Amino acid sequence: MRNRSTIVLASLGVVALACIAAYMTVGLRGNVWFALELRAVRLAALIVVAVSIAVSTVVFQTVTTNRILTPSIMGLDALYVFSQSLLVFAIGGLGFAVLDPRLKFAGEATVMVILAALLFLPLLKARMDLILMLLTGVTVGVLFRSLSSLLARLIDPNDFVVLQGASYANFSKIHGELLIAACALTLVGIAIVWRMRHVLDVLALGRDVSTGLGLEWPRVVAGMIMLVAALVAVSTALVGPVAFFGLLVVALGERLIDTRRHAILLPAAALVAVIVLVGGQTILQHVLGGASTLGVVIEFVGGLVFLVMLLHGVRR
Amino acid sequence: MIVVNNVSLAHQGAPILQDINLEIPETGVTALIGPNGAGKSSLLSLIARLQPLQQGTITVDGLTVGATPSRILARTLAILRQDPAIASRLRVRELVAFGRFPHNGGRITDEDRALTQAALERFDLTSFADRFIDTLSGGQRQLVLVAMTFCQGTRWLLLDEPLNNLDMFYARELMRALREIADSERRAIVIVLHDINQAVTYADYIVALKHGAVVANGPPALIANTTSLQRIFGYEMPVESYHGKPIVLNHL
Repeated sequence: MRNRSTIVLASLGVVALACIAAYMTVGLRGNVWFALELRAVRLAALIVVAVSIAVSTVVFQTVTTNRILTPSIMGLDALYVFSQSLLVFAIGGLGFAVLDPRLKFAGEATVMVILAALLFLPLLKARMDLILMLLTGVTVGVLFRSLSSLLARLIDPNDFVVLQGASYANFSKIHGELLIAACALTLVGIAIVWRMRHVLDVLALGRDVSTGLGLEWPRVVAGMIMLVAALVAVSTALVGPVAFFGLLVVALGERLIDTRRHAILLPAAALVAVIVLVGGQTILQHVLGGASTLGVVIEFVGGLVFLVMLLHGVRR
Repeated sequence: MIVVNNVSLAHQGAPILQDINLEIPETGVTALIGPNGAGKSSLLSLIARLQPLQQGTITVDGLTVGATPSRILARTLAILRQDPAIASRLRVRELVAFGRFPHNGGRITDEDRALTQAALERFDLTSFADRFIDTLSGGQRQLVLVAMTFCQGTRWLLLDEPLNNLDMFYARELMRALREIADSERRAIVIVLHDINQAVTYADYIVALKHGAVVANGPPALIANTTSLQRIFGYEMPVESYHGKPIVLNHL
């Protein structure tokens, strides 16, 4: 059993490296160094996005003890877009455009982490069942999207253009100026999650059992929700909101390793995410010549997985 | 000893427990009995800090519930609630090994492995130790959860209706195993039971709740008579003697 997961993880690692190599080298022409540098920056961004979405989804599913919800289904990225709108509204489009993007990102991420903690902790404490949670998530998502568009109508059209560029998923146009801050935040997040991997295993047993085993449940869950919010902020800031990608890669990873142990699941989900994102981008960009956008393909497949999981009755 | 002092609990204005004062003896098996909605499960989950105390105090071996860090309490007291749904995909052995978490923080040592194995053997689970829990029947799952609670190695074991889902054979096996644990390891077991005969046969001490208050407590010999049982359950049931031990004909 242990052997099997090691083999799966190693194979995933090899495939991920192959995807990375392909992304860097396929169709290279012209000024090679310039192209390589450009690709390296994009590659780094894709990896950061892939890892942060995979890790945040695993943690979120563990905290809510179900395998269907993801941060984006629960409207967390809508919350990020709302934080962004709120910031544009507060300081104006010009100020927003002039502001150091890193400072902006820090501001948005902070607003989002606080909102997420205020919103989701009471929901989790109320011991809701899955359907109610799902309904709440959809409602929360719609609420924040509507609030964002309300704010968009209140601001002047120039500010609106600034805002709009930030609110759609786009894997080929990446907001690269945030890369270093995003990298740092993701690394810190991963380090914390990795240290907590055994605690997460216990958390997955549910509130009562994990309290019985000695966790301070409300405190641990509050910390985890804030961490998930920060990771969602990273991925949304770099490429915009994506709904089903996390669900897709975690479901795939779990299927491959056949366990919910976080020490194995976390790396597996992250590697699958890198493979899907970097590999998919390579194929679309260089083999199919940009015939479609990766975002659409991933959402389509991920949406199907979501439906299958719902219909197949993955309990809770 | 568990000392419950002036504990009251209300849920959305409806009183669930009213001014409970109780001392649970520090060895042996204590059975909590009473009709549905008497507050047995609520009392148990208050003792095990699964829900916050609204009024009153509870101490377990001198540790104040609510003020003691959860992890410390988890080394003194283990709780199994009614039918906790485990969503995680785990094997039986892995789940039982979680009982060691309060002691090892997730890093499983050889000693933990040995204790896990002992718990599996104690509840006769070795034959399906490597199966996934979602492939087990309700009764088997129940036994696995009891084994996990036992594996926590605490002086106190709190079990909320562990006989749910068990057939007569396994119910008897489980009660005998618990009796044996209480006798040979001097651990204290507090157990919510619906079957009055299981309580009378295996418990050393019985606490009866009704409408959120303690209506009777004492050794089985004091509780197992028609008058007391009528006061607790609200109807008259004959009590016979079988080899000198009381037997309640509660189904007649």
